[in-house]
Amino acid sequence: MESCKILIPAGACGVGINDAAFASGLAFKPDCIAMDAGSTDSGPAYLAKGICKYSDQSLEHDLELSISGAVELGIPLFISSCGTCGTDSSLEHFVSIAEKIIKRHGYHVKIAVISSQMDAALLERKWDEGKIHALPGAPEIQRDSFASCSNIVGLMGAEPFIEAHKNGAQIVFAGRATDTGVVAAYGLMQGMHEGACWHGAKVTECGPQCSDTSGVCVILELDRSGFTVYPTVPEAHCTPYTVSAHLLYENTDPFRLTEPGGSFITEDAVYTQLTPQACRVTGSRFERAAQYTMKLEGARLAGYQNISLVGVADPDILANLDRWTAFMSDYVQGILDKHGFDRSTYSFHIRCYGYDAVVPLMAGENYVPREVGLLLTVTADTQEIATAVAKEFNPYLLHLPKDVQSADDLLPTFAFPFSPVDTPRGPVYEFVLHHVVEVDDPLELVRIRYRQY
Amino acid sequence: MAKLQEVAKYVRSKNAGPFWATIEIFCSSEADYQQVIQSKNISKASIAALYSVAAADVQMYYIPDIYVVKISFPRPYPSGYRYERDMHYGQQYRLLAQVEL
Repeated sequence: MESCKILIPAGACGVGINDAAFASGLAFKPDCIAMDAGSTDSGPAYLAKGICKYSDQSLEHDLELSISGAVELGIPLFISSCGTCGTDSSLEHFVSIAEKIIKRHGYHVKIAVISSQMDAALLERKWDEGKIHALPGAPEIQRDSFASCSNIVGLMGAEPFIEAHKNGAQIVFAGRATDTGVVAAYGLMQGMHEGACWHGAKVTECGPQCSDTSGVCVILELDRSGFTVYPTVPEAHCTPYTVSAHLLYENTDPFRLTEPGGSFITEDAVYTQLTPQACRVTGSRFERAAQYTMKLEGARLAGYQNISLVGVADPDILANLDRWTAFMSDYVQGILDKHGFDRSTYSFHIRCYGYDAVVPLMAGENYVPREVGLLLTVTADTQEIATAVAKEFNPYLLHLPKDVQSADDLLPTFAFPFSPVDTPRGPVYEFVLHHVVEVDDPLELVRIRYRQY
Repeated sequence: MAKLQEVAKYVRSKNAGPFWATIEIFCSSEADYQQVIQSKNISKASIAALYSVAAADVQMYYIPDIYVVKISFPRPYPSGYRYERDMHYGQQYRLLAQVEL
């Protein structure tokens, strides 16, 4: 094989594959369909709870297209980070939707399910052996930090996909993996240019974002000297600008990107417009690391929350909003102390949407909003404490004047949209790990199971 | 003096994993790009002050071929911490966009 074509149907399985663009993609006769399905972007709750961000209905739509496309063309389908967070629970849920589709069609196909869920006791052993290392910007952890996480996953590279496919799996569903490994795997297996496989995978793992049109599919054509990328529909284009600009997206260093087995270096890459739709890239390279590592992601319980939302349109309050919210915090703090709440068991935060909730005000920026939504968030050791603190705030969210001492202040009343006015949010979570673990072999900490249909 | 948002074609921000944030400044021409990269207000020190991080932790990358400056730094709190204001960090570019060059 001198070149191969990877069809990337979407930036994430579950986001909604464009039916027409996917059908056009199949007409290019791809050798493999590859797609990522996960992310940590939406916060720690998905990982901590082991749940998926997308609806079963949207997963079913995207899986129906991908599985049918792969089976009908007789080509492999690789999907990584199944179920958003890639834990065993989210992976199994994802696979159960795929199984329903396979059975409904009566497809005869061998699938592989690859887990990269990590066991805390095993990581403690790795910790004792000095084989766990902090990445830049990592929080401090101790040996017992692993056991404090409700779920830990390790990011696998391309090797587990290659292993599963070599063992006859046409469809591979993997737990947490790097965004790129799933796309790079097929080309690496076929001996295509290593730097091009990784660089091309990085460019295309978000699907259409490397083109000038959203919601389309793209094809990554890999060969022995570079890669070419193009959308599957004629109205969309990949240009040196769209392709090189997308390389910047959501990473720290756009010239050197780290994978489990090494880094790919893009600073000498040359981008050329090959046809009006296709961009050609050469000159990227892969540098093997002395030690293979898997990045770890872990999340744990961080308390319980209660939130209240109230609207304020009173111009006198809004003219001095910072002073009023500070006054409210101090005043209610005094009441909480008087009522015997232990300060070490809770905290609270007031944020005014429409004023400075999303982006802090710049120094010297004077802004009086027309109205604001005041969001009170209480975090506590238990849901009971969080809700009780929120209830203590309630009379003041409803009525607090700008100055309780002033006789001029009649009792104002603010605008609640909900009853009950406070909402228990249940448990909240936090990310704990930004570390890598050394492994002796890319398959050491992954488990591959096969199922024949 | 012109603000960055008046000179740059596009400024965007995004999380880069749960622990890092990244901001990109896209310019339309060499002249605009030069005006941005030569401004002392587009520097590690100014970014550090604006985003409450240490200047030593701020990384800056220059991509002259497409007139882009990319700035990366660790988030003061990881994504989704209990009083998160912007999970994906997608709106925080507004602080930088309003800076006078």
